[in-house]
Amino acid sequence: MTRATTENPEAMKTNGRRNNDYSDRAKAERRLGWILAGPAFIIMLAVTLYPIIQAFFDSLYAFRLTAPDERQFIFFQNYVTILSDPVWWRDLLVTLLITVVTVAVELVLGFALALVMHRALKAVRGWLRTAILVPYGIITVVSAYAWFYAFDISSGYVNSWFNWVPGIDQDLNWFAQASTALPVIMASEIWKTTPFISLLLLAGLAQVPDELTEAAKVDGATWWEQMRKVIIPNMKAAIMVAVLFRALDAFRIFDNVFIMTNGQYGTEVLSLLAYRTSISRLEIGLGSAVSVLLFACVLLISFIAIKIFKVDLAGSTGGKR
Amino acid sequence: MPGNRRIIQQRERVRERRVAVAVTSLGLTSLLLTGCGPADSGPPTLTWYINPDAGGQADIAQRCTEEADGEYRIETSLLPNDAAAQREQLARRLAANDSSLDIMSIDPPFVPELATFLAPVPEDIADSTTENTLEGALAGAMYEDRLVTVPFWANTQILWYRESVAEEAGLDMSQPVTWDQLMEVAAEQDVELGVQGSQAESMTVWINSLIESAGGTILENPEAPADEIELGLDSEAGREAARIIGTIGDEGLGGPGLATSTEGTSLTEFQGDTGSFMVNYPFVWPATQGAVEGGSLDQALLDDIGWALYPRVSEDQEAAAPLGGINLGVGASSDNPELAYQAVECIVQPENQTEYFLTNGNPPSNSEAYEDPRIEEQFPMAETIRESLENAAPRPQTPFYNEISSGLQQTWTPPEGVEPETTPEESAEFITAVLRGERLL
Repeated sequence: MTRATTENPEAMKTNGRRNNDYSDRAKAERRLGWILAGPAFIIMLAVTLYPIIQAFFDSLYAFRLTAPDERQFIFFQNYVTILSDPVWWRDLLVTLLITVVTVAVELVLGFALALVMHRALKAVRGWLRTAILVPYGIITVVSAYAWFYAFDISSGYVNSWFNWVPGIDQDLNWFAQASTALPVIMASEIWKTTPFISLLLLAGLAQVPDELTEAAKVDGATWWEQMRKVIIPNMKAAIMVAVLFRALDAFRIFDNVFIMTNGQYGTEVLSLLAYRTSISRLEIGLGSAVSVLLFACVLLISFIAIKIFKVDLAGSTGGKR
Repeated sequence: MPGNRRIIQQRERVRERRVAVAVTSLGLTSLLLTGCGPADSGPPTLTWYINPDAGGQADIAQRCTEEADGEYRIETSLLPNDAAAQREQLARRLAANDSSLDIMSIDPPFVPELATFLAPVPEDIADSTTENTLEGALAGAMYEDRLVTVPFWANTQILWYRESVAEEAGLDMSQPVTWDQLMEVAAEQDVELGVQGSQAESMTVWINSLIESAGGTILENPEAPADEIELGLDSEAGREAARIIGTIGDEGLGGPGLATSTEGTSLTEFQGDTGSFMVNYPFVWPATQGAVEGGSLDQALLDDIGWALYPRVSEDQEAAAPLGGINLGVGASSDNPELAYQAVECIVQPENQTEYFLTNGNPPSNSEAYEDPRIEEQFPMAETIRESLENAAPRPQTPFYNEISSGLQQTWTPPEGVEPETTPEESAEFITAVLRGERLL
């Protein structure tokens, strides 16, 4: 096109005019875009960027809410205190453990559920989807209480129903040590959010063209081979988006732990540490530093997912592959 | 004709739209009007931030509004359920100079932290409201030797026991008993002691009472700044407290649920087959009575329940029972501090405290309020409660109470992990490091 315009001045003229027209329209569209998205953009800045900057600013101070006059600028001392403290590393480890285990289990279960929903007979499909979605529709605090009361030693029924399972008896206090409390917390998290992951995966499954699986079938591929070589590679984008969303969610886990153990006996997670430091201790400086570090961890997870595992957030339809 | 019909339809639509606009504007205007309405025409409104109860504080607010005869009006506003969350909300509002905090119900351990944000108690109010206040309750309302809040009601733990268990063990409950005696009975009879071993405020309450009962104190210099605070944990009294908690944990005397037991769960255990002795607040009585009336518990259980003063650590030293309750503070940013203190004076008068005890089960801080004969009838243990309050010991009174309490909770739980030789020393080191800003909590 460039050559055409340089060789033919007439063509260049028309083309130029067309370009101008187009750019006028583009300008108008851009303006409209800004008018439409601008307010939302400004609100987003106000409600997300401003608090982030404020938190970073606060994190450079020794600042206790109940002693505002003693506020003192201490550079990165809060970060040094946090990163040199075993509590931070223990909480990070607990958070990572919960994230990895729950996301892995949810992925397997969610995929199985998605397959069931995908293959289910038309007659039961709607009913099935609704049934699977019920846990996801329950408020997390409510489900956390339900799980807590089920396992609680004084009011729970789990100990008496499952006392035939080795290791479980009437006297098992589930929430008295991390080794039993964390599995309950994780189970509750898995029960609650597997439906979300299965819905995302169902959308991915629906996008795999039937011709591909049929062709594989004709070629004599087993069910497992179809899965491994045709279906899963074709829905990689959906899987990665589901994993990323859930990993970020799981990393910020709060409600379940807050209700069930309140972080006691080594079950504290990073969000709870940030909450306890800022809100309970009213140490705004130190608490902001914990929050900033938590935010940095979340950014890091997103970065790893998007850059290294090449998660395509635009989905399999318009984005780059 | 169709054209005409269209025009008529259009007109109707326009008219409908106009009506809709008019109705909406009217609604909005009335909303705005009620928002900025003539609120200033009546008497000044005082807001009282109350902790959740069975409606007793709202009733008192109503009565005092009537007594004020147009001078002021008290409105109540509900704080969150647990004490820690109440403190968080009060601290945030006070630090933000919220002028709506006229009167607030404050748990005694948080008084020092919030004291700088409270309006000073006028001398005449201080004199009139503390005339007959029980020793322990008064101590919980002071900070740096001055009264910073007005005692309203006072809570304390007493020893609840199953008479059948005490009888079988041959314990004379008319005489003071010690923790060692209780542990011995629990071990012999294979019953459970009702104590609170959860990593929660109730743990600090227990540790504090044990240390105070052994003649020690958690905090040596309450008025020191954070980095100079000295703790009395690593002491004979601290080790004695650790021995008692550790033994109960190690030998399973508190039952399998000890590590997560709170006041509520230990009551449930106490009401069960393995119940024996329990340290707990007076709510135990109305709660059990209610369960019996509701049919979920037998009358025989209620008849089997006895009470005594908090157990001693050593035979020859009186026990220092836990102190709780509610004090009233007036916000320094309140628009009407004088009126607020007048209202406080009305709220805490003995008649109101008596009524509050009878209807809500919260014991008075004023000894005069115990004289009403109805109290003895409804709360046969009222005299024990009153006596317990005389000797009750407040928890460490410092603006850094939250750090000390959380630090204790983290290092003294689970109870089976508490060792007299190491726990007091380690917890003192940990809390000191937290206070110096060197450790996370």
